[in-house]
Amino acid sequence: MSHAYAGDDYGSYGYPGDRVSPRSRDRRPSARTTPRLTLDWQRTDRAATLREHSARFGPLPRHAGGRPDLLDQVEAARLTGRGGAGFPTATKMRAVAARRRPAVVVANGMESEPASEKDQALLARAPHLVLDGISLAAGAVGAAEAHICLPRTRSWLTDSVLAAVAERQRAGIDQISIAVHELPHHYVSSEETSLVHWLNGGEAKPTTTPPRPFERGVGKRPTLVDNVETLAHVALIARYGAEWFREVGTREATGTMLTTVTGGVSRPGVYEVEAGTAVGDVLELAGLQAGAEAVLIGGYFGTWHDIAAVEGRPFTAAGLHPVGASPGAGVLFALPAEACGLAEAARIMRYLASQGAQQCGPCMFGLPAVADDLGQLAAGRPEGDPLSRMQRRFGVITGRGACRHPDGAVRMAASAIQTFQADAHAHAQRRACFSAQRGRHHGRQQTAMLPVPRPFAEGDWR
Amino acid sequence: MTMTLQIDPIACTGHGLCADLLPELIELDEWGYPILADSVPPDLLAHARRAVSACPALALRLVRVQHQLGPRHQASARPGR
Repeated sequence: MSHAYAGDDYGSYGYPGDRVSPRSRDRRPSARTTPRLTLDWQRTDRAATLREHSARFGPLPRHAGGRPDLLDQVEAARLTGRGGAGFPTATKMRAVAARRRPAVVVANGMESEPASEKDQALLARAPHLVLDGISLAAGAVGAAEAHICLPRTRSWLTDSVLAAVAERQRAGIDQISIAVHELPHHYVSSEETSLVHWLNGGEAKPTTTPPRPFERGVGKRPTLVDNVETLAHVALIARYGAEWFREVGTREATGTMLTTVTGGVSRPGVYEVEAGTAVGDVLELAGLQAGAEAVLIGGYFGTWHDIAAVEGRPFTAAGLHPVGASPGAGVLFALPAEACGLAEAARIMRYLASQGAQQCGPCMFGLPAVADDLGQLAAGRPEGDPLSRMQRRFGVITGRGACRHPDGAVRMAASAIQTFQADAHAHAQRRACFSAQRGRHHGRQQTAMLPVPRPFAEGDWR
Repeated sequence: MTMTLQIDPIACTGHGLCADLLPELIELDEWGYPILADSVPPDLLAHARRAVSACPALALRLVRVQHQLGPRHQASARPGR
């Protein structure tokens, strides 16, 4: 499986349409994609030009109804943020629009979640959909400037977006100019306050809140920070309306969502599904491999679960809430049958510990401590009692950082201990499981299933 | 009016003076960073103020408990990625 940080993964996305295998069709007739944002991706297999984009979706709507119209439509569509937090987009837009000073729109295309590829897939195939969304959102909240933030590690993506912006300038499409930026690519650098801080000349690290960006953001102006997929949905809602948007999905989760499915699946990639599609159906779309029994839901900030316990649940915030999970940015990682869940969790934890902003003590010292505990357990070489040490540390760390980085990391670790409980106790008795042992004998690569990017130019936050 | 202690976790560098001065409400974690009690009872207010002014990093604050944050304050209260 190729991964996006390599920068060459144009071939690795899953495409809508005909990817459902006969086997999964037999078992799960409901497993299917719903191409909206991903319309025609498979046919073109590259970034849509402005001309193709306009032929596909029609021209950028000039708002006959004026400013309030789009806000009403987004509200009626019940669009929620696709960056992971799932906050109602209209509420956020109104909060920015209600302030007196001219606003700023920031599109968040950082996607620092290593198990997610959907934002870069979207920007690589349909950049104009995102740019439309920026333009429309700017009109709706009264913004005079707009920015799109991309990771510095994906210059090919920047090139593609810059080309699209230039096309639009030639065609005179947007009322405002859209500046394209490349930011340092640390895990916490995609937090909205990090973007604002960087755009204001600081480091791409989260800042203490309040003030939130909607109150005081870029250049001290009220700032709307939205994920690029969210903005792409705004572009479709502006064209086709709220009712069209709600035609698919459930009451609480409307429209479609981009998902990234990787791990123990035969067709890893990005799939656009109706909100509310069952977790098991999304896994089947990507061809869940036999023997895979556990899944990481929501990414590195997510939680581990037995597939059997969650496969029937809708892949939405409300659907997953009862089992303590959240779809995050639409990420599913199926643990391959031959992998050790504890070893994977330990690697993620080590990565997350290295990815903090090194600002808050409980995170700076707590996450490496938990990573050590988990590492000892995974290796079957416990010093003392790592299980109870971790349980105590979980409680101490949670809620004590400026951002939610430590909370998310702790939640992931706690869910691993619970889901792989039998393994955890066996490992604690120095009986590491077969997978972990094999990994030890044949070098780490054997069990290394989840992508753990090399830390981005350590210390470079500007 | 209920008062509570707040810490700026970025500013705090774990000197630990606050826990020395106000052990009733502040304990230190294993790395030396303060864990605060939920609220400050009136009889400890003077001690709390002393702890606040003693913080070398100016990271500790004494604030009124805010009830009911409006929806605007909750907007994007969680990190988006």
